[in-house]
Amino acid sequence: MQPSIDIRNVSKSYGGGTAPGGLLALDDVSLQVGQGEFLAILGPSGCGKSTLLHVVAGLTPARGEILVQGKKVTGPGLDRGVVFQDYALFPWRTALDNVAFGLEMKKVPRHLRAASAYKYLKMVGLAGFEDRYPAQLSGGMKQRVAIARALAFDPEVLLMDEPFAALDAQTREILQTELLRIWEQTGKTILFVTHAIDEAIYLAQRVVVMTARPGRIKQIVDIDLPWPRVDSDVRSSRPFALLRHRIWELLAGEVEKAQHLASSRDPVPGRSRGGVAADAVAQEVV
Amino acid sequence: MRGLLLRVSVALGLLALWEGLPRIGLVNPNFLPPASEVARTLWKLLVSGELLRHAWVSLDRILLGLAVSILVGVPLGIFMGSWKTFERTLDGPLQAGRQVSAIALFPVFILFFGIGELSKVVIIFWASVWPILLNTTIGVKTVDPVLIRSARSMSARGATLFRKVVLPAAAPAIFTGIRLGAAYAFMVLVAAEMIGANAGLGFLVLNSQEVFKIPEMYAAIVALATFGLGVNKLLYHLERRATVWREAGGT
Ligand SMILES: Nc1ncnc2c1ncn2[C@@H]1O[C@H](COP(=O)(O)OP(=O)(O)OP(=O)(O)O)[C@@H](O)[C@H]1O
Ligand SMILES: [Mg+2]
Repeated sequence: MQPSIDIRNVSKSYGGGTAPGGLLALDDVSLQVGQGEFLAILGPSGCGKSTLLHVVAGLTPARGEILVQGKKVTGPGLDRGVVFQDYALFPWRTALDNVAFGLEMKKVPRHLRAASAYKYLKMVGLAGFEDRYPAQLSGGMKQRVAIARALAFDPEVLLMDEPFAALDAQTREILQTELLRIWEQTGKTILFVTHAIDEAIYLAQRVVVMTARPGRIKQIVDIDLPWPRVDSDVRSSRPFALLRHRIWELLAGEVEKAQHLASSRDPVPGRSRGGVAADAVAQEVV
Repeated sequence: MRGLLLRVSVALGLLALWEGLPRIGLVNPNFLPPASEVARTLWKLLVSGELLRHAWVSLDRILLGLAVSILVGVPLGIFMGSWKTFERTLDGPLQAGRQVSAIALFPVFILFFGIGELSKVVIIFWASVWPILLNTTIGVKTVDPVLIRSARSMSARGATLFRKVVLPAAAPAIFTGIRLGAAYAFMVLVAAEMIGANAGLGFLVLNSQEVFKIPEMYAAIVALATFGLGVNKLLYHLERRATVWREAGGT
């Protein structure tokens, strides 16, 4: 069966290609994501996770080739739904109208939009909040709206860039479980970027561990924990702890390297947050 | 509550001074008639319909000048906010133009456009176009790139991206510019009606002074201030209604 997302030899450099002064963010990344697979990408800060996701989304041009459902990616498209870390909701639109944005772009007739948008708001547990503006919603609710918005135009794949990183711990766990439920319900392929080890293990079927900049694939770890993980106590199980330890060992060296990169010469100051990733990793371990 | 009390007592105190000082002769009542006399004159002007006639003429000029400012300032600001090269090219002349006060240019306008309606509208235009232009430029330029990226990811681009994202995101800044522009328009109104006018609130102020109807002059000044404040309030409420989502916090 053809992969849902096929990333072939993708490299990306910022500022002047391979010329001196240019910055190599992704170095020859190849990766296949299966139909309906939940795949997490894990790596230290600044290793190019967001870059890879943006390239797949068609928002950033890069060398190499990407196929989504066998179709070559040449730009953004409604076959891919993107969820960003900072919600990126349109503040002048109500929750319902935010969810309807992609439907408008898809040229769905007006009279069908509201019902369809409502269906997805309900799916993320926000029935009754249609008329709220983003300013009237909590962070967790905003991210629910953003997820509903990305689902509403029925894309083949969902691309998520640290969607829960800005949320508090409880909200994050609730949303992780909700996301698994939605994934099982819709059968979408999900490419999920994170730098939290626990999150990657809990959610994904496979975890791709990336190296420090320039981002390469270091290893792909199969997460053979039982399904459904919803409502079960996998997080505190022994296999979970073993996986966490194994991935942490893969990652530890890279985080150190990333920190070193960040503290030495960074052409774009302030973009790398090596310290944050190191903190996150340390937290996951203790 | 205490704030309100304080504000009311300060206002009453000032009014009492305005009433008292001319009465006890500390200020020449010919130059500053007591407040009550001005109020009586104001009432008279209002009842006779004369005040409204002048107000209407002024409003007409302001609306026309402001409309031209919006028609020029908003599109130009959108261009400048969207294209860096365009903005950089025009930045010098525009910065210089902004520094030249409308009043200083009035003689020039009269030279070119005569002493009729046209130069009055032009001076109002000149005063009000700058805040509209600058606010629109900044509003368009500072649209959150996150929103643009999010819309692009759903394959919005070109005119659609502009209409559905850039414009609504810049709308609050544009509204503020228009409100400021209206305030500036009121400020230059008296100057605009200084020459070649036979009606308007600014004309009423100047004319009353010339024929030494001093209570009328003060009544016209009070009317002008109230009118300007009223228009500002109106625009403010329109702005709030159009951008409810901004203060949607709470609830
Ligand atoms: N637009 C850009 N211009 C120049 N350099 C960039 C740009 N975007 C990212 N970079 C650089 O490319 C590298 C990878 O960035 P990217 O945002 O993909 O990392 P990341 O893995 O998502 O990091 P984080 O975990 O902090 O989000 C970083 O070193 C960053 O400084
Ligand atoms: Mg990132």
